[in-house]
Amino acid sequence: MRQKIEKYGLLVLMMLFYASISVTAQENSPMQEELNVKELILDHLSDSYDWQIVNNGQWDITLPLPVILYSKTSGWHFFLSDRVSHGSSFNGFRISAESSYKGKIVETATSGVVSRPLDLSMTRNACSLLLSSFVLILMVLGVARVMKRKPMEGQGGFVGMMELFIQMICDDVIKPAVGKDYQRYTPFLLTIFFFIFINNLLGLVPFFPGGANTTGNIAVTLVLAVTTFLVVNLTGTKAYFREIFWPDVPLWLKVPLPIMPAIEFVSLFTKPFALMIRLFANIMAGHAIVLGLTTIIFMTVSLGSTINTSMTAVSVIFMIFIYFVELLVAFIQAYVFTLLSAVFIGLARVRNREENKNNGPEAIHINK
Amino acid sequence: MDLLFVLLQVTGGDIGTLGAALGIGLAAIAAGVGIGKIGQSAVDGIARQPEAASDIRTTMIISAALIEGVALFAIVVSGFIL
Repeated sequence: MRQKIEKYGLLVLMMLFYASISVTAQENSPMQEELNVKELILDHLSDSYDWQIVNNGQWDITLPLPVILYSKTSGWHFFLSDRVSHGSSFNGFRISAESSYKGKIVETATSGVVSRPLDLSMTRNACSLLLSSFVLILMVLGVARVMKRKPMEGQGGFVGMMELFIQMICDDVIKPAVGKDYQRYTPFLLTIFFFIFINNLLGLVPFFPGGANTTGNIAVTLVLAVTTFLVVNLTGTKAYFREIFWPDVPLWLKVPLPIMPAIEFVSLFTKPFALMIRLFANIMAGHAIVLGLTTIIFMTVSLGSTINTSMTAVSVIFMIFIYFVELLVAFIQAYVFTLLSAVFIGLARVRNREENKNNGPEAIHINK
Repeated sequence: MDLLFVLLQVTGGDIGTLGAALGIGLAAIAAGVGIGKIGQSAVDGIARQPEAASDIRTTMIISAALIEGVALFAIVVSGFIL
C-alpha cells in the first residue's frame, strides 16, 4: 500500500501541478466573455447549417454545408451556408435570431414579412444521417459478402462480432416476439437496431465525423416511430383490427359510448409516441449531461485556481463515468426500440384464438 | 400556507417555472424508486437461483429502460415548460 502511494502519489501531484499551470495562464488572457451555459448546450444539441470542426481561440475550422431552399416568390436557391453565417444576409435569406424561428433560415420579402421558405438543406444532422447510413451499408453488405462466400465456416474478427450481434437479436428479440412469420420482418427490425445503434455511437464521438446529435433530434425519432407504426398497422391482420374496434368485452363498454374502442384506438398512437420520446429523451439527456459537466470547467475559471483545478478533476472523472453509461444507454435504447417494435408486430399478427396456440409467439422453440 | 407565499415571492410570481422545477425533481424521485424496486427484485431473484442470473439480468435491464422512458417523458415536458 505504501509503495502504491509512493508510485502514484507523485503522478497525481504532477498532474494537478500541470493542470494548475494551464489554468493560471488562461486567467491572464484579456478575452473573458460571459459564458451562457444554457445557450451553449442548446447550440450543441440542436441542428445547424454548418459543421464546426475546431473552434477554440486560435483556429476556427467550420465546414459550410449546402443550403437548398425553395421560396414561393423567388424559386430555388442553392448556396453554401457560409453566405448566411454570422448574421449576414444573402438574397433576402438570413439565419433568424428571433425566438420563433431561432437558428433557421428565414426570408424577408420586400414587404417586410418574415417567413420560412421550404427548407431542404443538408444540415449537420442530414449529413450525419447520410454518413451513418453509408457506414451501415458498408458494414452490413461487407459482412454479408464474406458470409456468403464461406457460409459454413465460423468467422473471426469484425465479421464474427456482427454475426454474434445479429444472431442475438434474431434469437432473443425477433423470434420470440414476432412469432411464426418472423422471417418477413427481420430485415426491418435488424435495420432499425443497427441504424439506431450506429447513430447513437457516432453521436458520442466528440470529433469530426461523429458528434452530430442525430438520434437526440425529435424529427429523426419521429420518422423511426412513424415507420414502426406503418409496418405494424399495414401488416396487421383482420383479427387485430377487430380486437381494437370491437374487442371481446362486455357490451356496455362498447355500445352507447364506445369506451373500450376509443381507448384501444388511442393506444395505437401512444405506443409509437412512447417509442419516439423514449429514444429522443434518453440520448438528448445523455448529451446534455456530458456538455453540462464540461462547462463546469469553464464556469469555475473565475472562482480561482484551486477550485478550478479540483472541479476540473472532478468533472473529468464524472465525464468518463457518464461516457461509459452513455455507451450502455446507446446499446440499450437500440435494443429496447427493436424489442418493442417486434412485440408490436407480434401483437398485430394475432390470428383467431383457436389458431393462436400453434401460430402465435409461443410457437417458436429456441434450443439454447 | 406561509411556505407557499414565500415560494411565490422568491420566484418573482413565476409559478410556472417553480412548477416545472418541482416536476423534474418528482420525476427523478419516481424513477429512482421504481428502478430501485426493479433492482431489488432482480438481486433477490439472482440470490435465490444463481443459474438464472443472465436471464434475470436481461429482464432487469429491459424493465429499467422502459420505466426510465416514462420518467424521461416527464422531464421532456417539464423542459418545454421551462
